[in-house]
Amino acid sequence: MAKYHITAEINGDETEYLCEPEQTLLDVLRDELNYTGTKEGCGSGDCGACTVMMNGRHVCSCLVLGAEANGAKIETVEGMADGDNLHPLQEKFIEHAALQCGICTPGILVASKALLERNPDPTETEVRYWLAGNLCRCTGYDKIIRAVMDAASEMRGN
Amino acid sequence: MTETGIGAAVRRTEDQRFLTGNGNYTDDINVFGQTYAAFVRSPHAHAKINGINSTAAAAADGVVAILTGEELAADGVGPLICGWNIAGKNGVEAHNSPVHHALAMGKVNYVGDHVALVVAETQAQADSAAEMVEVDYEELPAVIGTGKALNHATTIHEEAPGNMCYDWEIGDASATDAAFANAAHTTTIEIVNNRVIPNAMEPRACLAQFNKGTGDWTLHVTSQNPHVHRLVMSAFNGVAPEHKLRVIAPDVGGGFGSKIFIYAEEVVCTWATRKVGRPIKWTAKRSESFLCDAHGRDHVSKAELALDADGKFLGLRVNTKANLGSYLSTFASAVPTYMYATLLAGTYTTPAIYCDVQGVFTNTAPVDAYRGAGRPEATYLLERVVETAAREMNIDPADLRRRNYIQPDAFPYQTPVVHQYDIGDYGASLDKACDMADVGGFAARRADSESRGKRRGLGYSSYIEACGIAPSAAVGALGGGVGLWESADIRFNATGSVTVMTGTHNHGQGHETAFAQVISEKLGVPIENIEIVEGDTDKGPFGMGTYGSRSIAVGGSAIVKAADKIVEKGKKIAAHCLEAAEDDIEFAGGNFTVAGTDKVMNIAEVAFTAYVPHNYPEGVEPGLHEQAFYDPLNFSFPAGVHICEVEIDPTTGETEIVNYTAVDDFGTIINPMIVEGQVHGGIGQGVGQAMLEGANYDENGQLVTGSYMDYTMPRADNLPNFNVGTTSTPSPLNPLGVKGAGEAGAIASPPAVINAITDACGGAMIDMPATQEKVWQACQAAE
Repeated sequence: MAKYHITAEINGDETEYLCEPEQTLLDVLRDELNYTGTKEGCGSGDCGACTVMMNGRHVCSCLVLGAEANGAKIETVEGMADGDNLHPLQEKFIEHAALQCGICTPGILVASKALLERNPDPTETEVRYWLAGNLCRCTGYDKIIRAVMDAASEMRGN
Repeated sequence: MTETGIGAAVRRTEDQRFLTGNGNYTDDINVFGQTYAAFVRSPHAHAKINGINSTAAAAADGVVAILTGEELAADGVGPLICGWNIAGKNGVEAHNSPVHHALAMGKVNYVGDHVALVVAETQAQADSAAEMVEVDYEELPAVIGTGKALNHATTIHEEAPGNMCYDWEIGDASATDAAFANAAHTTTIEIVNNRVIPNAMEPRACLAQFNKGTGDWTLHVTSQNPHVHRLVMSAFNGVAPEHKLRVIAPDVGGGFGSKIFIYAEEVVCTWATRKVGRPIKWTAKRSESFLCDAHGRDHVSKAELALDADGKFLGLRVNTKANLGSYLSTFASAVPTYMYATLLAGTYTTPAIYCDVQGVFTNTAPVDAYRGAGRPEATYLLERVVETAAREMNIDPADLRRRNYIQPDAFPYQTPVVHQYDIGDYGASLDKACDMADVGGFAARRADSESRGKRRGLGYSSYIEACGIAPSAAVGALGGGVGLWESADIRFNATGSVTVMTGTHNHGQGHETAFAQVISEKLGVPIENIEIVEGDTDKGPFGMGTYGSRSIAVGGSAIVKAADKIVEKGKKIAAHCLEAAEDDIEFAGGNFTVAGTDKVMNIAEVAFTAYVPHNYPEGVEPGLHEQAFYDPLNFSFPAGVHICEVEIDPTTGETEIVNYTAVDDFGTIINPMIVEGQVHGGIGQGVGQAMLEGANYDENGQLVTGSYMDYTMPRADNLPNFNVGTTSTPSPLNPLGVKGAGEAGAIASPPAVINAITDACGGAMIDMPATQEKVWQACQAAE
């Protein structure tokens, strides 16, 4: 079967790629475009490691076909920092040591950014429920939650 | 303390790359000409293989090769091994060790067992062809259930009659029996330590390459111990000569023990890459991780505690059936024996202890070390029986523990079960934990809960663990096949920066930061000028890897030893340059100074002089590059007290952890921020085991909990924030005074949680995981 020719905006860059019908957006990002920051943890939408923004919504890229991204705006962890200037969430994750092995971190960062774009002043409970779709086996979540709350506070100008 | 030295909460230097998507994990690496592997896996728990027909699969699109166990054996690639022999009771010198073929030879023994390798141009083609391989299975009855395996009607391995791997014992049976004869009170519990699945969020993966020009193999693999991988794969599996095999473990996404082991996949892919003449990549699908990563725990035990009228422990008698799964994984045999029963003294003065353990085979995934490895099982059993005894004798559980603690002036303390503890102050941890948890206010909080129709409970866990694994001679005497020293190599560069190579391997613990702090403290080098290199057998010295909370206690000690050698040599160079006697040179803060003068030479200048030795002491070799191997004198013994407080809605069984307090004595702490994170993560896993997680096989040996929809991992809304503190009695047995912090949380937390839940529910036993339904049942029974 012929490959699909897709044009999408990825981290602000207009990008063209060819993909097989069965390839997921995650496969395309990692294997065709070398955006390996996005990780596969389960391939079934249960762990959130592959979270990216698609047209302003956070999605599990393992559940989206590469062909579905035609015309879409995709944002991955690689697009979070502005050059050498880290996003406040990234800064706060360093300050709080909110990561250990780092494999779930890109997905958690993208999901957290999506939260703060919708709700700049979440309660701890809201952060915990929002991030319940992202599994982390290392941290027990404590420092992640604190880092997200702190980043939210800073982004509100406190 | 300097800003970046020992004890400083230095921000983790490795985090920048992880946070920007620039981590470099095995599955992130792709090479030219790469093919993809898929394993044909057994759908049956126990079956004979009468034949494998891969004709149709071999003809499928993109298939490069289909390889089976016969071809593997024909090339002389040997079976997977277990590196620890357990001698049994009554003079039995060796445990029963069934052959574990990397690809099945005529029989499969668990669902997921490896039957054949399919190599194809794409992953989709490999997966599709794997489904086309026709395997003629003749199903056999499955042996399932830890308590049912011994003398089951079905025998899994001829080499293990009655499905027994070993019948092992420790302690003094007659002294223990005598203690029970004199007891004023005996507490007996039957207790299950539930099987859990490690679930590192990075699935296991490997990328194997063979260079025809040089005859060298390179294996990228998700390993906690790449040097051990190389050793085992060359010495025992015969895949490649040791000096021709380079093993690289790049960034590793969590392990928790599950990436210690040498698995079939990396052995088979490394063998096959030469055979097919192409690089081969394999990455586990999550379902394969569930089925085939070595599982953890899985004990069924009976514990009896004998007490005198004052609540002093007189004796402890334990029988444990330990499920080892279908084959012995790399260190499986040691986990329910020397890693477990040697900790049954806990923090107490119990004078007589006896434990016997039957290791059994079942048609399930192999079971091996999982965060804590044996020590959580010991702590859970002991702290449950102690808590139960306190309830039965109507003694405050904190008070009962206090009455039995080994006192601070009693060290070194020889337990009745091998270990000699070096130092500790358990009462100090208990006092601090009670204070932080506001135990004094518990009665009022409980009354408040009850006024709202809720139940409230408080549970203690007073744990000890043996870390800093381990003195090689002791390991050898107990049947271990390895030395458990560690190595370090410190190379000053001519410009004064430092490259430190060590044989441990980071997979989330922050080694790049913590080890750099040790170097910064010892050698006075700014942290940004220090590079920590791990995980590549071609770069650093041979080393034993990261597990058993050993990296700082053993690896850190090796680094200190190598740093001492740097200073020693630096003094010779500085003495020559400063025209002083070597004995007059003092070293501090990175400067060599002639005592009592202002004559000084920085270590960077000394390094430059060592590499440009124009004005140089006679008889001293150029260069500033030292190596050390450190074999620990003893284990280290972190200990502490965790207190969990829960509130339960008896109408639904919903349990909320309303406070979780941990006070740990890790001795010297290099980086409190990293250590706190280690404790948090360990507690998270322990709470998961206590309340949510459980690997369940049905009677046919199908893993019922084989996905995240069925296996309940703790999520952000399941856990509280943690209230964490420390006490400190630095270990006198290693140069840093450290003890290790990686496993404490997972060891301490399950009994704290279950003691709290049972306290809330009227005291009756609840087995882990204490699911909402079980808690609801217990509440119903209590009302």
